[in-house]
Amino acid sequence: MSVPPGAYVILAAVLFFIGVVGVIARRNPLIQLMSIELLFNSANLVLVTFARVWGNNAGHIFAFLVITVAAAEAAIGLAIVVIVFRKTRFVDVDEVAALKG
Amino acid sequence: MIGFVLLALAMIASALFTVTAKKPVYSVVGLLANFIALAITYLTLHAEFLAVMQIVVYSGAILILFVFVIALLSSGTKPFEAGPNRMPRALLPAALFGLVGLAAVAAAVGGTIFVPATIPGATGEAGVFGSVADFGTALFTRNLLPFEVTAFVLMVAIVGVVLLAADESPLRAPKRAQRESITGPREPIAR
Repeated sequence: MSVPPGAYVILAAVLFFIGVVGVIARRNPLIQLMSIELLFNSANLVLVTFARVWGNNAGHIFAFLVITVAAAEAAIGLAIVVIVFRKTRFVDVDEVAALKG
Repeated sequence: MIGFVLLALAMIASALFTVTAKKPVYSVVGLLANFIALAITYLTLHAEFLAVMQIVVYSGAILILFVFVIALLSSGTKPFEAGPNRMPRALLPAALFGLVGLAAVAAAVGGTIFVPATIPGATGEAGVFGSVADFGTALFTRNLLPFEVTAFVLMVAIVGVVLLAADESPLRAPKRAQRESITGPREPIAR
């Protein structure tokens, strides 16, 4: 492992915050969902890095679980996007304010 | 080291492209590049099974789902040009937040020296750490409960998607039938 583990962690942090910027700044729900996938992936990168550092594959199992949850989240999120589009004909999260208090 | 730098640059560039792209289809392409670079990074970390999972599940299943939804939503209409672009206004606070978070991570990790464990054998050798055999043994012995929970999560997701997206949702249809069985068929409303 010629690359120091800290470099992987920093890379994961950069990806995470790019994803956070995407979730905050974009108004298209599809791109927001894709940014959330970036967040999942950066978390996975840290898990795999530290699995390698400690030589313990529990991190791999956890990353596997995260991939499953990401798949479920993408399916549910896209279903919600499709429903909202059917009802409002808009794909902009600012237009969807039916639950606003 | 040079390989890692190249991979890191590819991942950061594709992630930035994903977040800033004008159309969701371009975002999908950027995300695909990101996932492939990430899979290669997993290979450098002795996680060959996860690298394959990354390609199969993310690039193969989730991204296709995104492409299908984009194709479904943009047929006939132009939904993605709706409303003004709010990216410039939101960019500064978001970037500020990102930089502060990044500085926090760098401060937390920077001082620590991690000594990686020595792993015998190369990535891809049979039975080495992170190989299919190693991962499967861990998954089906010590981590059987997480595996079962995985199956449950996927089942809940499938049921949820069917209930949400079905045209005549089974959540609503029986209710109407029940109501009509109590009150009789509804009278047509005179207009």
